[in-house]
Amino acid sequence: MSLEVKKMAIIYIDHKAYEVTPGKNVLETCLTLGFNLPYFCWHPAMGSVGACRQCAIKLFKDEDDTRGRLVMSCMEMVKDNMYLSIDDPTAKAFRAQVIEWLMTNHPHDCAVCDEGGACHLQDMTVMTGHTYRRFNYPKRSYKNQYLGPFINHEMNRCIQCYRCVRFYKDYAGGKDLDVFAAHNHVYFGRAEDGILENEFSGNLAEICPTGVFTDRTLKAHYTRKWDMTTAPSICQHCSLGCNIIAGERYGELRQITSRFNGEVNGYFLCDRGRFGYEFVNSTNRVQQPLIRSKSSDATDKQSLYHYLKNILATDKIIGIASPRASLEANFALRKLVGKENFYQGIPEMEALLMRCILYILNTGHVHSSSLKEMESADVVLILGEDPTNAAPLMALAIRQAVRREPIQKGEMYIAHPTQTKLDELASNAAHLSPDEIARLGYAIANALNKNAPLPENLNANTLKLAKRIARILKKATKPLIISGTSLGSESIIKAAANVAFALSTDDKKASLSFIVPECNSMGLAMMKAPSLMHAKETIENGKANTIIVLENDLYRRSAKKEIDTLFNLCKEVIVLDHLHNETTGKASVLIPVATFAEAEGTMVNNEGRAQRFFQVFSPKNENFRESWRWLDEFRQFKDGINPEELKVPDDLMTEMVASMPQFKGAEAVTPDADFRMFGQKIPREPHRYSGRTAMLANINVSEPKPHEDSISALSFTMEGYKGMPPAPLIPFFWAPGWNSVQSINKYQEEVGGSLRGGDPGKRLFPKMPVLEKIFMNHIPPVFSPLPGEWQILSLPQIFGTEELSIYTPGVAERAPKPYIAINKKDAKSLNIIENESLQVQIQDQNYTLPVRIKKELPDGLAGIPYNIPGMCGIGWPAKGTLKKGKT
Amino acid sequence: MLSKEEIRSIDHEIALVPVRRAACIEALKIVQHHRGWISDESLHAIAAHMEMSAEELDSVATFYNLIFRKPVGRNIILLCDSISCYVMGYEKIYEHLQTLLHIKFGETTPDYRFTLLPNPCLGSCDHAPTLMINQDTYRDLTNEKLDDILKEYK
Amino acid sequence: MERPLTQHINFNRTSLNLKDYVSVGGYQAVHKALKSMAPQDVTKMVQEADLKGRGGAGFNTGMKWSFVPMNEVGQIKYLIANADEMEPGTFKDRMLLEGNPHQLIEGMIVSAFAIQANISYVFLRWAYKKAAWLIEHAIAEAYAAGYLGKNILGSRFNLEMHLHTGIGRYMCGEETALLNALEGKRATPRAKPPFPQVSGLFGKPTIVNNVETLSNIPHIINNGPDWFKALSLTSDAGTKLYGISGKVNKPGLWELPMGTTIRELIEEHAGGMKKGFKFRGALPGGASTDFLVEEHLDVKMDYKSVSAAGSRLGTGTMIILDDHTCPVGFVHNLEHFFAQESCGWCTPCREGLPWTERILLSIENGEGRMEDLDLLEMHTHHLGPGNTFCALAPGAMEPLQSGLKYFREDFEKHINEKKCPWR
Ligand SMILES: Cc1cc2nc3c(=O)[nH]c(=O)nc-3n(C[C@H](O)[C@H](O)[C@H](O)COP(=O)(O)O)c2cc1C
Ligand code: SF4
Ligand code: FES
Repeated sequence: MSLEVKKMAIIYIDHKAYEVTPGKNVLETCLTLGFNLPYFCWHPAMGSVGACRQCAIKLFKDEDDTRGRLVMSCMEMVKDNMYLSIDDPTAKAFRAQVIEWLMTNHPHDCAVCDEGGACHLQDMTVMTGHTYRRFNYPKRSYKNQYLGPFINHEMNRCIQCYRCVRFYKDYAGGKDLDVFAAHNHVYFGRAEDGILENEFSGNLAEICPTGVFTDRTLKAHYTRKWDMTTAPSICQHCSLGCNIIAGERYGELRQITSRFNGEVNGYFLCDRGRFGYEFVNSTNRVQQPLIRSKSSDATDKQSLYHYLKNILATDKIIGIASPRASLEANFALRKLVGKENFYQGIPEMEALLMRCILYILNTGHVHSSSLKEMESADVVLILGEDPTNAAPLMALAIRQAVRREPIQKGEMYIAHPTQTKLDELASNAAHLSPDEIARLGYAIANALNKNAPLPENLNANTLKLAKRIARILKKATKPLIISGTSLGSESIIKAAANVAFALSTDDKKASLSFIVPECNSMGLAMMKAPSLMHAKETIENGKANTIIVLENDLYRRSAKKEIDTLFNLCKEVIVLDHLHNETTGKASVLIPVATFAEAEGTMVNNEGRAQRFFQVFSPKNENFRESWRWLDEFRQFKDGINPEELKVPDDLMTEMVASMPQFKGAEAVTPDADFRMFGQKIPREPHRYSGRTAMLANINVSEPKPHEDSISALSFTMEGYKGMPPAPLIPFFWAPGWNSVQSINKYQEEVGGSLRGGDPGKRLFPKMPVLEKIFMNHIPPVFSPLPGEWQILSLPQIFGTEELSIYTPGVAERAPKPYIAINKKDAKSLNIIENESLQVQIQDQNYTLPVRIKKELPDGLAGIPYNIPGMCGIGWPAKGTLKKGKT
Repeated sequence: MLSKEEIRSIDHEIALVPVRRAACIEALKIVQHHRGWISDESLHAIAAHMEMSAEELDSVATFYNLIFRKPVGRNIILLCDSISCYVMGYEKIYEHLQTLLHIKFGETTPDYRFTLLPNPCLGSCDHAPTLMINQDTYRDLTNEKLDDILKEYK
Repeated sequence: MERPLTQHINFNRTSLNLKDYVSVGGYQAVHKALKSMAPQDVTKMVQEADLKGRGGAGFNTGMKWSFVPMNEVGQIKYLIANADEMEPGTFKDRMLLEGNPHQLIEGMIVSAFAIQANISYVFLRWAYKKAAWLIEHAIAEAYAAGYLGKNILGSRFNLEMHLHTGIGRYMCGEETALLNALEGKRATPRAKPPFPQVSGLFGKPTIVNNVETLSNIPHIINNGPDWFKALSLTSDAGTKLYGISGKVNKPGLWELPMGTTIRELIEEHAGGMKKGFKFRGALPGGASTDFLVEEHLDVKMDYKSVSAAGSRLGTGTMIILDDHTCPVGFVHNLEHFFAQESCGWCTPCREGLPWTERILLSIENGEGRMEDLDLLEMHTHHLGPGNTFCALAPGAMEPLQSGLKYFREDFEKHINEKKCPWR
């Protein structure tokens, strides 16, 4: 390990010397040192603008200067030998005055404000000591706007810190929120009522230091922050594994907020992740075990076990795993059915792509980039992905790398068949067919390293572009290549690998990041099991007659006919899932399971980072048990043991790592279940939690015993260790005087940096080269459309594609209706115009779809929104025929 | 929809600046010159031409006080209400205007003949009080002069 | 007595066109500078002449230019004439713009040459319609005569010049806000550093100078620093455009040696106070300067002396408060202006100014309380320089703090009598 000597600076704050990092701003430094210095407009991710004037302190010329001058600490850089004062009476008076000004027109409506008690403005007001109001004139007031299903607007509360527009416009690239008018009439909102379009709008609720922008979904079942039981969790809605805090009260999941992880999502979440939680509360939940052959619908645990006993003992069973189930659940299934009978519940194509990705990342020649690292890339190359839709927060990270304002940062090149939102920041966005994208990638790799194969018959434009991109990449110090599974192309993935390999040298690894389909796709792939296709073969060949499907709607994976055949061949179809779907409809035995909010488990994100999520609450419905718990009991049953409830999932993980060493490290991502802080557990409820003794009084006047958590170091109550828990176990952010989410500052080693003790999660891919670096060669021929046949592309949608988030009404509202996109020329050849219907045949499914013209689409390609309701179950990659529909 | 002439003028301004949207204030001015004010419809049309969102353009438009986002009269009276005119009695002129036109600051006569607006210092302090109607500045105002001046504007 | 800036301006006739201007020696400085001087020498000469910015802050112009990076060939740079003149009580640039636009253009050409800027703008306020027309015309003439455009006078120096008219807002006069306005953005000020000299318009090095400042440049080039310094009666060089408005016999504008006393300005040039009106005080250099009162009548109107007396020379255009005008109303009018013109970016200005305005209104209406005076004092302390993002609010506090100091009994009278004694 090289010893990096960082030169430190000495600064003096109120006559005391501190050794601090030079170059940081003084506000950050003071906060890092633990001072309670108020601020509004500064935000660690967005920097300083000096607008609110709340962070004023005194700066002295030297030791002897007694007068000093007022400066904004967020606008000053740490320099050696700086003399500062926070306690200076003028500075203090000024800070109190700033609050008094801000509050002159504030409505003082804390009692009815969603932010109340978790409000940065409240905290700062108390912190500065402003208590007495001297402004006795009428307050101004504003009209609020309707901003869509996610965000509520209450403009009167605004303190004009400009954070919202700086986040929404500058940071997230939104166009439809801005500041209007001038002087003390400035207004923050849209030009007119309407849905906020940006994918990251939900962050406004956390960015706004008061209650102007709040979570509208929370409003529908409002609970104060301190009245929620919360747990550290992981977002289930794409492959990035953003860290979240999930909050519950009265058995209902009520809110998702960002759980800071310096390496993953930082301060932010996308709207799919933040608002997609309502499936947990859905009336469509599977409530009870069910045996279809039995007349009575409801089945208790005993009769279920009784029924299963025979099946488990005698039938030849195969298990179908799931990319949206935890490692624990998948492993418990694998243990139950045996390694040979364990199948990934994904199509062969997807399994192939995942194998390919795993191989590349396991060579150790490339670095699978974290989101944090992406922010500092200086050249970004995207091959065949639309991050904004497929892995939204990645798009937010990339934006930071290539932002134009205030100064031009890195450069970006994109190759994707359709326009993506990131195109606006790209130096070049080429709209090519998947095959051409791959060929471009191969050509870039070849331009970087002659050992990489060069495609034949490259057209001059592609070659020129490839050379240009190669030239820029070569100069980059932190190049980043992004690709993934969305277009279902093995060639693209391999081409991306070639580019990264070509850029990697002995002492430098290029960053390569793959977007994969689901939250645990990576973890499942690492279990190295055959695909759904092989499972079907096994059943068809009569080698098995019963199937256990774990948290997986197979009708989303493959054509309906295929799955129907599969199920029809089975004697028993045992399905474990939390929501009814087409697959549960086919179950002969249906077992309700816990969602992520009611379960503990581990997942591996696209970066190879194993992360643990914890149970938020123990559900009222005792049937909502973790899949791994059910499955482990089945196994004991099968083994003839009288089932004993599994004590901790930790044991499963230990066993898994022993049998699959590729998961080494995943067992240690969080402290064990028996971990204690000074002998105490970590409470999920803040110590301000109210009404615990009374909240169930309408049911039973005597207070029920609180649920005990035997599987983790967290407790379901407010009792326990009050201090700062280890980073992976933080259920909520709170610090004395800091009731809002801004208390995160107190949890970080350095403000804006990683959490104390290191950011949670463990990366599982090798850090050193372990395999030989061999360039791949899977170059497709030149793409030329066949007459009458279209290559169909799947276009992921932030709202709509993902199976669970669509249960949130707002998400469903924003999901696109089915359509088919073609270019103008193809539309003309079909004699059709925008919005007219096309008869589309894909495999043997027929669809009638309205046409959407995307003029950038290459000839012969048609795009349909991926896996949105009504369009699921297409086997990818797909070809299809298009005919003008009869009206 | 922008007229051909508007587009021509706007494109001329765009050609003069390194980034397209830097000409957006000029674009607002041009359209206001032709139409008197910037309606929502005009705003959207200009924004589309400038490759900006309506929000981005309106944020700029509403910042400046001489871009009118509400309909105005055929003639715009800008009465200086700043310090020298205050000392020299602009308030008397204002009162007189109110009795003549029956409108206050910020209002338009029902026949759309006049809109009356206060305006900061018009730079004619040595000839206060002063006001502007459309392009013309009037100095050393008295109520009598005002009667005659208004007659010029139909 | 020399009046280099205004000697050829005749108010009753039309402004000087190119022919007139050349016939009285115009464009000599362009010939001299572009043909026989190195850019750095021009800067040095201006620095030596000790020309201080006439836009209000009084910073040495040559020094400001010297911060512009000069080593990068082909670097885009900008020169901007600040003709936004919106400070209440100020009407001096208007005279230069309407009377002799070519003088400004010549000054801009030489200044642009000094910093090697190839693009220049005149940022003119909207209300100056006549000036707009004249400048547009003069720029066209200058292009036609080869003073603007490519390869000016064979010197291989190129300069474009454009007229940009604003659409309101006092903030546009603040130089960084002006840059935002030119970029088609909201005119909120920018943080400094980076200073415009290094990163200004569209991120390129930019100099913003006041119209009067720039109009002085040709004369300095033609006659040299010593001549320029000798014009003045005091240590601040040059002449100054002084103006007076209010209840005097002859309100107006005069170019006089720097350091002319207030008394001389009022009594000799403005013809004294109007009959029946007594002098109570004056803002010496526009709305954002501190009151001076009778005891200051012999103060010399230069940067140093006015500062020593507790105010600022500012724009040098004086507004007089007489004994028939309510000082509370007077200050209320000013604060109303400043509150309206705050851009809304920083808290103290956005929220503090309207509060002072509101208090002043209630005092003026006889609804004030004694505590209100403390609140006003509080604002004058907390809205000082450095506490706000730009100089607008500190400027706004100058007349208020000195008003409270010199006219306190008038404030108290309003409160005690619950009415305005002047109504
Ligand atoms: C609120 C505000 C308004 C200003 N308005 C003007 C103005 O209208 N004209 C002007 O020349 N300078 C104005 N200034 C000063 C400019 O910021 C800048 O200092 C000046 O243009 C520099 O030119 P100079 O060095 O030649 O004086 C203003 C400053 C502030 C803070
Ligand atoms: S709405 Fe919130 S974030 Fe935006 S300026 Fe107001 S207080 Fe700040
Ligand atoms: S946090 Fe420093 S000025 Fe707002």
